[in-house]
Amino acid sequence: MKLLAIDTSTLVLSVAVLDQYRVLGELTTNLHKNHSVRLMPAVARLLGDLELDASDLDGVAVAAGPGSYTGVRIGFTTAKTIAWSRGIPMVSVSSLAALAMNGLRFPGGVVPLFDARRNRVYTGLFRGETNEMISAKEEKVIHLDQWLSDLRNEGPLLFLGEDTGHFQERITDVLGDQAFFGQGRENIVSAAHLGTLALSCLKRGEVDHMGAVPNYLQLTKAEADWLSKNGGKKNEVSGD
Amino acid sequence: MKSNKKTLVLGIETSCDETSAAVVENGAILRSNVISSQMEVHRRFGGVVPEVASRRHVERITEIIQQALNDAHVKQEDLSAIAVTQGPGLVGALLIGVAAAKAMAFAANLPLVGVHHIAGHIYAAHLMQPLQFPLVALVVSGGHTELVYMSDHNRFERLGRTRDDAAGEAYDKVARLLDLSYPGGPEIDRLSKEGKPIIDLPRAWLEPDSLDFSFSGLKSAVINLLHNAKQRGEVIHRADVAASFQESVVEVLTEKAVRAVRKQGVKHLVLAGGVSANSRLRQELLHRCQKENIHLTIPSMELCTDNAAMIAAAGTFRYLDGQTDGLDLNAKPDLSLI
Ligand SMILES: [Zn+2]
Repeated sequence: MKLLAIDTSTLVLSVAVLDQYRVLGELTTNLHKNHSVRLMPAVARLLGDLELDASDLDGVAVAAGPGSYTGVRIGFTTAKTIAWSRGIPMVSVSSLAALAMNGLRFPGGVVPLFDARRNRVYTGLFRGETNEMISAKEEKVIHLDQWLSDLRNEGPLLFLGEDTGHFQERITDVLGDQAFFGQGRENIVSAAHLGTLALSCLKRGEVDHMGAVPNYLQLTKAEADWLSKNGGKKNEVSGD
Repeated sequence: MKSNKKTLVLGIETSCDETSAAVVENGAILRSNVISSQMEVHRRFGGVVPEVASRRHVERITEIIQQALNDAHVKQEDLSAIAVTQGPGLVGALLIGVAAAKAMAFAANLPLVGVHHIAGHIYAAHLMQPLQFPLVALVVSGGHTELVYMSDHNRFERLGRTRDDAAGEAYDKVARLLDLSYPGGPEIDRLSKEGKPIIDLPRAWLEPDSLDFSFSGLKSAVINLLHNAKQRGEVIHRADVAASFQESVVEVLTEKAVRAVRKQGVKHLVLAGGVSANSRLRQELLHRCQKENIHLTIPSMELCTDNAAMIAAAGTFRYLDGQTDGLDLNAKPDLSLI
């Protein structure tokens, strides 16, 4: 069972190949460069190094979002197309859960977050359980202050993601010595971790279909504006 | 290259609000052409919303490719190459087609060809009858208004383009001023038939020898016309405004296309792009071409609006010319034709 895993939902581009739970290889960069140009060559290079080709793959895992809309779509479209073309399953996994895996052994809650602009964050609360991160609070896009007040009684928390840097002061102000922060590699998502989560999904039969879509966590601004103007269900947050 | 004689190319097009995939044989025979239009999705916004379009493309793309293969009774391994619109267009939308094409090229081990969207529009005519060179093409749509000269396959030279709005864009804007729904082209065309072109609106000829276009002045003239009429409390017939506007656009398009044909000394003119559905433009161009002894080709409606068959057709000739691309192919929203 060889699985290709892809994450392009943030600045990080990460691709990995797993053979069951054994990680055969991973290629990860943390650069402000175009995922569209670099993703397929990265996949081809990694498989080449492993002396594998597309026909050796048994499944594809991809980060489902949230994250950069364009980045998520590039990874998602690529994964969906490879899976369809090879006739193998595709599994999409939360980008936040994949990042949270970096805190699997932390004895407390793990809070991955990405900047969603205007003081809002894409985030969730996870807790490690054997080999998986289990969601303890639903993923959402939320104002940072609101989120921090929601987290007050959750005990020690490890904040992960490079965007935590610009929120660190406010997080410490609210949570004091209950707040811990990831260092270096811990803040950068690993496609190998994503693949590990995807294998568990596969075992449970959680496979995506051809019409699957990323999880953006919010409506487009145009749709949100239209709904609020036309008296529909108003989306509390919007943006693109 | 495959040993069979047939060249089967899969085309993928996602430059705006149509998700499309198609299979074309030998660059000329349409085997399938699946088009999923998002027009209904965007209508309520009064125009194409890029983020909404991109989201819809991701959702539909795989099923559309699958259906194009099914309709053509073709398997991935029968294909010779994959052609995809590289640009111009909405970047987020283009990226979906490009990502899908590259992933499939990799997974199915097929050559990849990036195609210019305007080249695609011109090659739509090749699916009707073989292109005869040299030719001039007038490509008019919501996104473009261009005059292109072709000396042979894959040889493009731009003769003129719009300096501001595309013709289709002008139609949409004027339609909005007249409280008509989106897209504006068919609505204005329909309303024009109830009116007469009696209002004097400007024609932007630009410099005497220019083959460029400009429609922003015309749009402003319509705005002023409606504004002044309202100020003076005059009743203005919307149908007459529509007819007069359409007459101005059609006259300029027709005249410049004929001038381009004469200037290049060619006998063949191709009309392509979504605006070629316009009844007045077709009528006028046919009439002028007959008079001037120009051979005019207008693709069928399905092939005039954005579709992947035209991309597959254009891509076939690039592929046969050895102009293939690597897995680092990127979407280019402002890709130039030459
Ligand atoms: Zn077009």
